[in-house]
Amino acid sequence: MNIIVCIKQVPDTTQVRINPETNTLIREGVQSIINPFDMYAIEEGVRLKERFGGKTTVITMGPPQAEAALREAISLGCDDAVLVSDRAFAGSDTLATGYTLSMTIKKIKDFDIIVCGKQASDGDTAQVGPGIAAHLDIAQVTCVRKIDEFKDNQLTVERMTEEGFEIIKTRLPCLMTVVKEINSPRIPSLKGKMRAKSAVIPTWKGKDIEAQEEHLGLIGSPTQVVKIFTPPPRPKGQIFEGDAEDSASKLVGILKGIL
Amino acid sequence: MSSIRVINDKCTGCTLCVKVCPFGAITMVDKKAVIDLDKCTLCGACLDACRFNAIELKRESKKTENIDQYKGVWVFGEQKKGVIQPVVFELLGKARELAKNLDTQVSCVVLGHNIKDKAQELIYRGADNVYIVDNQKLEHFLDEPYTKILANLIRKHRPEILLSGATIIGRALIARVAVKLHAGLTADCTALDIDPKEKILLQTRPAFGGNIMATIITRNHRPQMATVRHKVMKEAAIDKTRKGKVIEENFDVTLLTSRTSILEVVEEVTSTINVSEADIIVSGGRGMRGPENFALLEELAKVLGAAVGASRAAVDSEWMPYSHQVGQTGKTVCPKLYIACGISGQIQHLVGMQSSEVIVAINQDPSAPIFGVATYGIVGDLFQVVPLLTKKFKETLKR
Repeated sequence: MNIIVCIKQVPDTTQVRINPETNTLIREGVQSIINPFDMYAIEEGVRLKERFGGKTTVITMGPPQAEAALREAISLGCDDAVLVSDRAFAGSDTLATGYTLSMTIKKIKDFDIIVCGKQASDGDTAQVGPGIAAHLDIAQVTCVRKIDEFKDNQLTVERMTEEGFEIIKTRLPCLMTVVKEINSPRIPSLKGKMRAKSAVIPTWKGKDIEAQEEHLGLIGSPTQVVKIFTPPPRPKGQIFEGDAEDSASKLVGILKGIL
Repeated sequence: MSSIRVINDKCTGCTLCVKVCPFGAITMVDKKAVIDLDKCTLCGACLDACRFNAIELKRESKKTENIDQYKGVWVFGEQKKGVIQPVVFELLGKARELAKNLDTQVSCVVLGHNIKDKAQELIYRGADNVYIVDNQKLEHFLDEPYTKILANLIRKHRPEILLSGATIIGRALIARVAVKLHAGLTADCTALDIDPKEKILLQTRPAFGGNIMATIITRNHRPQMATVRHKVMKEAAIDKTRKGKVIEENFDVTLLTSRTSILEVVEEVTSTINVSEADIIVSGGRGMRGPENFALLEELAKVLGAAVGASRAAVDSEWMPYSHQVGQTGKTVCPKLYIACGISGQIQHLVGMQSSEVIVAINQDPSAPIFGVATYGIVGDLFQVVPLLTKKFKETLKR
């Protein structure tokens, strides 16, 4: 079974702050990390290989420094990695990103399962995973929380829903997006760290994946950001201290007005 | 100029393209497909249907073809077990507003089984047209048939805007449809408006965990597609004087093929209300000290008609199932009232709930970051405060 894991390097959202004067993100000093949901995708990609045999390849689209994310993924057990990086990708929205990654996967060619995190913590769109599946015209299951069994080239998985979960059978090849519940990611082994250090990671450009220019980057992106602003700050709250009975009465008195 | 052609060497004469063409533009001549270019709109439905890559479409233009012919605001009428989901009524309210601004109509499209009787309420809630696609195989959401059928309806009717709830189904489906249509899609919007000059959709959404807001447009492609967060738009009221049309749509059964199938649907949410749909959420964190104490929150939730949420700390300790987790690796919620009990307010939690209308924090530690976003806070022992709140709400609300 050949597995491809798609990951994204993101700024650590928990450190992102806004410069109130310029209304722009302060990126200085903000660490780049692997998107939190993608850590579960990497772990599941590695577990699938361990369960059913085969190879796990991790890919990312991003600037040259995104290679660090791929090395981390190798230290966590992925076999190979590919960085897709080209100035022509700049300004990609989810449609162009899905296209670019799908062309990368077409070049890798040999795959049974594609694993993505449910969504990225910077954009929070959850659109790229299904987008890749649509571009490749393969089956998809989003929000997978468990992979049960693999039989007759079909995989039985559990998909999280708002109310609980569904048990779904899917033919391969298929794309899955995974949620946190699916596993607990391991920490890198010493051997993995050494492999990561010495791994040779190729960088593919647009022409390497035979991408059509009109579908890449800004030109290939139907959506366009026209304004960025900070949400209005929350007004300072009213805090009650002291006697619990008293505080509870005051709070209920206020809240009954809005209930 | 864009162009379309049949590659005769590859065409096997299977007629799949003839069946899916929404415009009746393809006929078979000598067992090969022939496209009537006068009828063809270059929508691409035949490309998806053809299994032999025998149709080639060259899109030279960066714009959707015939962009001015796209009219109307569509709402995806998500149903589960035949019940229209509440977010659909919220979207209809918004869609009416947008349609008024554009001087156009609102349509709602529902895929399911035995759902025709749902059309009337959708009309009362603001739809001028309700498109019904009824088939037993559409009873439950399936990614592929839903994508193919919805994409074909859009190709046929050409709405300028399509809205869907940013639900698990909505996000899986609409992202796939957008690729099929080469349309622009904006995820998880919290505000929608029409640009007064260009008459295009202004889609506003939080990014970077709610730290910034971005307004996004789709200028050159149609439809302009957006998924919309629950509970931010006001639900459309029922107006029983409203009239509308119910249109049953036929489709080719080949569109029903699916490589996935549902074996079982399991409901496991402990309270009757799920966190994403709730108007009120009572949430617990590490300060709850153990799974047994969540009963205190459930009692309060019951009185308030609320859902019970949990922080990552509580879920990782297995005090509550993951489906209740609020925060960066759980669910993003924005209820009218969020009551955080024993939650310190790590930033990963705050990004999942800081757009709630009113936030109440109950915590022993006055320096806990949760008080920084709280509208009201009680510094105190939650094991004392929560039962008091339950008792007092019960008296006040007479429940």
